[in-house]
Amino acid sequence: MPSPYATHPEAREIVFDFLEGYDVLGAFWMTVKLTALSALGSLIWGTLLAGMRVSPVPLMRGFATVYVNIVRNIPLTVIILFTSLGLADIFGMTLGASDFKVQGFRLAVLGFIAYTAAFVCEALRSGINTVPLGQAEAARAIGLSFSQTLRLIVLPQAFRSVIGPLANVLIALTKNTTVAAAIGVAEAAYLMKSMIENEAQTLLVGAVFAFGFVVLTLPTGLFLGWLGKRMAVKR
Amino acid sequence: MTEVSVAKQDVAATGELVVLKSVNKHFGALHVLQDIDLTIARGEVVVVIGPSGSGKSTLCRTINRLETIDSGTITIDGKPLPQEGKELARLRADVGMVFQSFNLFAHKTVLENVMLGQIKVRKADKKQAEEKARTLLDRVGVGTQADKYPAQLSGGQQQRVAIARALAMGPKVMLFDEPTSALDPEMINEVLEVMQQLARDGMTMIVVTHEMGFARSAANRVVFMADGRIVEEAAPDQFFSNPRSDRAKDFLSKILHH
Repeated sequence: MPSPYATHPEAREIVFDFLEGYDVLGAFWMTVKLTALSALGSLIWGTLLAGMRVSPVPLMRGFATVYVNIVRNIPLTVIILFTSLGLADIFGMTLGASDFKVQGFRLAVLGFIAYTAAFVCEALRSGINTVPLGQAEAARAIGLSFSQTLRLIVLPQAFRSVIGPLANVLIALTKNTTVAAAIGVAEAAYLMKSMIENEAQTLLVGAVFAFGFVVLTLPTGLFLGWLGKRMAVKR
Repeated sequence: MTEVSVAKQDVAATGELVVLKSVNKHFGALHVLQDIDLTIARGEVVVVIGPSGSGKSTLCRTINRLETIDSGTITIDGKPLPQEGKELARLRADVGMVFQSFNLFAHKTVLENVMLGQIKVRKADKKQAEEKARTLLDRVGVGTQADKYPAQLSGGQQQRVAIARALAMGPKVMLFDEPTSALDPEMINEVLEVMQQLARDGMTMIVVTHEMGFARSAANRVVFMADGRIVEEAAPDQFFSNPRSDRAKDFLSKILHH
């Protein structure tokens, strides 16, 4: 069957004219920014948590264990709402933002980091468990300190073995950023909601946004899967 | 048995380097080290042999505190073994350790393996560290493999790299925890030869091994352990030809005549 667009060029305009007047790309750009900053932050915080969970200091171990088990069991929506209604409105934490939009963005990133780091920590901890004990023993035997052993020997090998699981966390994070709509951050899901309210083609609107997320996450997953295989430590 | 003959020289004992006094250790209900007293002089090569489960590996690992002890004292070069932290790390840098399973850092090249401790612990600059690493790798005969990863090397080569890595720290004493037990038979000699050379150069060595040939030819003293105790200590000639204890006689009869 020939494409209807070929015979009726105006068909494309008619089918997609509901997009007119909306900044879909801008909304997805906001999603990308939320994802990128949250990913970076949760990678750092998650790594620190993982370091604490395997540390010889009981207080650090206890803190990280309690943190992970509390945070990963709270719904993300509750965490994000808490950053806005709790941190900002009640405790007056504005994160140095002057206007509401910037404040919402920063609070959302903070919430995503707090939440995602728990999952990064657990992925990394399972990676640490794949590193043979002898690696750490050999490191200690040449006089490396605990933190040097962790930084130079154990974590680099652990990271390589959990690139796959971390890719899952990143994909989940990308999709989770839609929760930021709950506190008024103008990312993709926020725009989708208002478009569904205003346009007749609800199914198409949904399809456009679903497609947008697949475009973001699919290459990420494929790339990190390839990287994971390439970086695997041979034993 | 692997026979590597070497001209043995009597090393003049110039003071005590490693001293263990009434050391005890338990693994749960198992009393793995029972009142161990052992003194190793500077430049001495001591081979620890005994049936498996006799505590000889544990003994070796307590000396750089990879295993903690329940009671007793261990001193190295006059200093008691520190509990934890920086002091302990410093001491470990002075005590070289070679493991049964090599334990080379899997994500680093052979050269990086030998350079790492020099740079991060001894604070040597990169150039000097590399120079020393290459010299040591040449000395153990794997200089041409410097840029490969451990997994690309044979077991014998990996173990020689592990020896070079330990030597790079300039240790006062070297501990060998069954260094040839995980090797294919044809690779055992290349590792033993490196160890023989070290012994000839006057390195203080504590070697846990089943290689009786090495014990005969390179050791100044043989320590025989069974059931967590030191049962017999003697010069190798005397131990192998005329063991005093029944336990040692029994052990030797099982491994030497088959």
